[in-house]
Amino acid sequence: MKLDSAVPSGPIETKWDRHRSEMKLVNPANKRKFRVIVVGSGLAGASAAASLAELGYSVHCLCFQDSPRRAHSIAAQGGINAAKNYSNDGDSVWRLFYDTVKGGDYRAREANVYRLAQVSVNIIDQCVAQGVPFAREYGGLLENRSFGGAQVSRTFYARGQTGQQLLLGAYQALERQIGLGAVKMSARTEMLDVVVRGGRAVGIVARDLVTGVISTHSADAVVLATGGYGNAFFLSTNAKGCNVTAAWRAHKRGAGFANPCFTQIHPTCIPVSGDHQSKLTLMSESLRNDGRVWVPKTAQDRRPPSEIPESDRDYYLERRYPSFGNLVPRDVASRAAKAACDSGLGVGPGGLGVYLDFGDSIRRLGKSTIEARYGNLFDMYKKITAENPYEAPMRIYPAVHYTMGGLWVDYHLMSTIPGMFVIGEANFSDHGANRLGASALMQGLADGYFILPYTLGNYLAQAGNSQAKEDQPEFVAAASDVKARQDRLLGIRGKRSPDSFHRELGKLLWDKCGMARNAAGLKEALAKIPAIRAEFWQNLAVPGTGEELNISLEKAGRVADFLEFGELMCRDALVREESCGGHFREEHQMADGEAKRNDADFSHAAVWEYTGEGKEPNLHKESLTFEHVKPSTRSYK
Amino acid sequence: MNLTLKVWRQAGPSDRGRLVTYEAKHVSPDMSFLEMLDVVNEDLIARGEDPIAFDSDCREGICGACSCMIDGVPHGPDRGTTTCQLHMRHFKDGDTITIEPWRARAFPVLKDLVVDRSAFDRIIQAGGFISVNTGGAPDANLIPVPKPDADKAFDAAACIGCGACVAACKNASAMLFVSAKVAHLGYLPQGQSERDARVRNLVMAMDAQGFGACTNTYDCEAACPKEIPADFISRMNRDYRSALLKGDA
Amino acid sequence: MRWLWQGLTTSVGTKFLMALTGMFLFLFTVAHMVGNLQVFAGPDQLNAYAAGLKKLGPLLWVMRLGLLATFVAHILCAFSLVKRNEEARPVQYAVKRPIAATYASRTMIMSGLIVLAFVVYHLAHFTLGWTHGDHFALRDAQGRHDVYRMVVLGFQSPFVALSYVVAMVFLGLHLSHGAASLFQSMGWNRKKYSCFFAGAARGLAMLVVLGNLAMPLSILFRLVGQEVTP
Ligand SMILES: Cc1cc2nc3c(=O)[nH]c(=O)nc-3n(C[C@H](O)[C@H](O)[C@H](O)COP(=O)(O)OP(=O)(O)OC[C@H]3O[C@@H](n4cnc5c(N)ncnc54)[C@H](O)[C@@H]3O)c2cc1C
Ligand code: HEM
Ligand code: FES
Repeated sequence: MKLDSAVPSGPIETKWDRHRSEMKLVNPANKRKFRVIVVGSGLAGASAAASLAELGYSVHCLCFQDSPRRAHSIAAQGGINAAKNYSNDGDSVWRLFYDTVKGGDYRAREANVYRLAQVSVNIIDQCVAQGVPFAREYGGLLENRSFGGAQVSRTFYARGQTGQQLLLGAYQALERQIGLGAVKMSARTEMLDVVVRGGRAVGIVARDLVTGVISTHSADAVVLATGGYGNAFFLSTNAKGCNVTAAWRAHKRGAGFANPCFTQIHPTCIPVSGDHQSKLTLMSESLRNDGRVWVPKTAQDRRPPSEIPESDRDYYLERRYPSFGNLVPRDVASRAAKAACDSGLGVGPGGLGVYLDFGDSIRRLGKSTIEARYGNLFDMYKKITAENPYEAPMRIYPAVHYTMGGLWVDYHLMSTIPGMFVIGEANFSDHGANRLGASALMQGLADGYFILPYTLGNYLAQAGNSQAKEDQPEFVAAASDVKARQDRLLGIRGKRSPDSFHRELGKLLWDKCGMARNAAGLKEALAKIPAIRAEFWQNLAVPGTGEELNISLEKAGRVADFLEFGELMCRDALVREESCGGHFREEHQMADGEAKRNDADFSHAAVWEYTGEGKEPNLHKESLTFEHVKPSTRSYK
Repeated sequence: MNLTLKVWRQAGPSDRGRLVTYEAKHVSPDMSFLEMLDVVNEDLIARGEDPIAFDSDCREGICGACSCMIDGVPHGPDRGTTTCQLHMRHFKDGDTITIEPWRARAFPVLKDLVVDRSAFDRIIQAGGFISVNTGGAPDANLIPVPKPDADKAFDAAACIGCGACVAACKNASAMLFVSAKVAHLGYLPQGQSERDARVRNLVMAMDAQGFGACTNTYDCEAACPKEIPADFISRMNRDYRSALLKGDA
Repeated sequence: MRWLWQGLTTSVGTKFLMALTGMFLFLFTVAHMVGNLQVFAGPDQLNAYAAGLKKLGPLLWVMRLGLLATFVAHILCAFSLVKRNEEARPVQYAVKRPIAATYASRTMIMSGLIVLAFVVYHLAHFTLGWTHGDHFALRDAQGRHDVYRMVVLGFQSPFVALSYVVAMVFLGLHLSHGAASLFQSMGWNRKKYSCFFAGAARGLAMLVVLGNLAMPLSILFRLVGQEVTP
């Protein structure tokens, strides 16, 4: 596997502009003859599919939901960053670039991040033109807020539903192209394999989730926009359907998987309430602006919070990080909560929670101000927990939220399989080891609207038509692989449901490869996962057949992939002998418990190559050099 | 608590379907409605039976996938709440709950509680957008939008496309859904140039998909998990009237 | 004109027709009631009013035909909508609970059909004189059609009076929804007025019911026209 990042030469500020004018173009009359498959209809997929269709390519878009509008991007709440500097507070492309590289703990590719910051401004223009109802000032201009600890106000938002509004904009653009006949949309269709022919990605195998029909689709290029794999942990803030299947299948066909262990844990989620829990709900990070985090000073303090006097409370974030206090970055806040709960100080069921207390703010600002700021979040909390956060502090706990790792891509967003592009959360992205708030939406739309349409054209102009057809042996073979696997899943007729295996895997990953990791735990997980997998293939229960809508079968396929992928995640975490961003290795910390990065040995993206069933994967490294943002130690003291 | 469920089971689009009774045991009040169904399904799988198929994805009330008719009310008894956000504490020990799919000609049942809502997508294809291609948009702040208009556009844009309005309406009408899109884009300056054509095309597409007409009973707004007001329907009628009088509709 | 036809035959267009015809019928109902309330002013006043209407000659026929056309249009639109709406849900729910929908709004076709039946009967009774030919033939001292005695004699019969009571209850039901609904259908409704419209519609419907019921009931209970005997 050769890793050529294909970063153009020249000063970072002009790389992209110059490269854009140097890239090859497809003759407009020929565009129609190029078939592009876009898997996924989230922000990345929908924006790409619509933009490519507008350019004239013949696009086929797929998603597993019943409508492209329901892709997981719909759930993003907080906002989207852009270096518009509308707030006149000194923001710039450079500053956004700098913050993103630093926030990612120096594990991202500078050139990509710079480009991301550059096109961020176009995203807002495009979305406004589409009718995305961003928040506005009374004068009618766009409003910005500061988000996720950023020191400038560069976050555009649409109440607490920014992802929804951005996705509806992209979805509507996509539907317009569908109506015009430029995009063929297959909803409720799951991609189950990539077809590679002559070293080039030339199509996919997909299953119609309603009829069960397995079909092959040839193309000149394949774009994966299939989102993140946070659901490997079973419990996460991701939608139930989020999965690693598309990425994992592509990995097995030759796409390098980069930094699989980089996952982001969000500190403010509603804690687990029982064994029945099916997912975790995120409470916006903004709550930490006015809420104070604390736990009782003594373990097993069973008094209700109102009866615990100030002297018996430990406001541990304020104590440990006097200058940032409750506003420390996500990874720091999450780990601190875990540390408190690990030492028995946690509150609520199972001791897995800390208080987020608005009592002081309500006394200081009045209930109505707090209500105006967080009313909808408080309502949501109450709906889920039946507790009133105006009266008693909220209970929160960290939860898996985002995956920075993903399929490795070069500057053109192309994976190690020529012809296969990966965009959005599915690629290993521009966020390094930790993503800043409001940057995932930005990246998804940057990829789909403003980067892929150029780089894909450049590829097609050079690679030409693939001449792929569904009757070629590669397609027939891939389809029969998929069918065989499905038959195997259906044929086990064991006792345990797909969810029960998924929960077991998720718990193991959370315990051993979650917020804090250590070599012993990771080795233990690496020993246990194959055992779970073995039981899965012997004792799985999938009722029904493959020729119908079969939710257990869908789940089983995804769990099977998570069971393979989870191992890679632990392996990656084990070899990365440092702490950086969301990856915290307990062996690598400062005396005060802060993360200790090792730039000398790990300033690289770890890219894994699949070598075959039961074989150890190969590790490749794309070394990262920082010419513009010099690595330093993050400190929030 | 223990509950009795009467669940609509239908093997496929052409199957007749029927209500089947199940016992849901040891239901915790902290469970969401869908988690309760998850538990029932785990039992079914353990017995080798086909689990109840239902749609869900985000499970936080925003994707619009979940869609259960619970005791004759879309998304159940808690107002302004999707099925996935409905918690079992709204029910009592010993309750019998009837769970059915959305029913409308335009939403054929695919299996059990899963229906095909692609008719909504086809309506949007007919004009639920602003025709701008990627690139070439002017600076975002060149188009100021008065805050009240932006806020109203947002209220309308909050629609999650779940179809509860259709499910609740005695006429299976999609007026609330369509009017929300007309209002979202119609309140914004960007949406003006296509305003007449949009309302015409969306109404015609809605009819073509086989939805009913509006009798102004307002069950739609009461069932809407995002509490989108039926006021938008009046606004759409106004837009349609004005387009019609211009001879454009 | 194709655009107009196309525009008016959509679901929204048909509702415009429904609302406009309904509004016209509603206004007619109010005017009709106000005219008839003159029964309380005595025989002379009422008979003079009736004779005055007759004198309109061709204009009366224009009005009658216009009214008939409106009525027929209202009914045709009603049937077209009901058909569309029934087809929109071929399979019914096993359990369905209305949430905000009022009884009146859910039963417009039923109340409408009862009103239709009533209107036919009402015309046969007072306009065409088919049901009580003898009452219809009565003339007053000035030789005018004795509408007063016809009405009083009619309503002295408990069966006739009762049929009017029933019909008026359903008309009231129809209008309690219809009179507000038409503003929504025409797009005249706005959030801040909608409570007002709903209240006003119910109030007006109540007035129409009470006004129209005052006549048969006061006659039945011999508060008015007790001097008239068959
Ligand atoms: C609760 C929550 C809040 C968030 N808030 C923010 C925020 O405020 N700001 C921010 O910047 N980011 C936020 N994020 C992160 C951000 O939402 C996601 O990273 C981003 O939306 C991912 O977009 P995407 O297009 O890459 O993928 P997705 O939106 O996940 O879309 C994936 C698509 O791929 C399809 N798909 C997947 N697998 C297959 C398959 N095998 N076959 C066919 N189709 C497939 C799916 O159907 C879907 O259409 C949040 C995330 C969560 C969970
Ligand atoms: C004096 C006679 C009548 C009056 C004053 C009247 C008035 C009205 C009004 C004002 C409306 C509301 C229109 C809207 O929603 O926009 C209405 C609706 C309706 N009317 Fe009538 N109407 C009368 C007779 C009838 C008759 C005879 C029928 C039956 C065939 C009928 C059937 C309906 C139906 C079904 C609706 C509801 C349409 C819908 O929204 O689906 N009406 N009527
Ligand atoms: S599952 Fe997304 S709204 Fe209920």
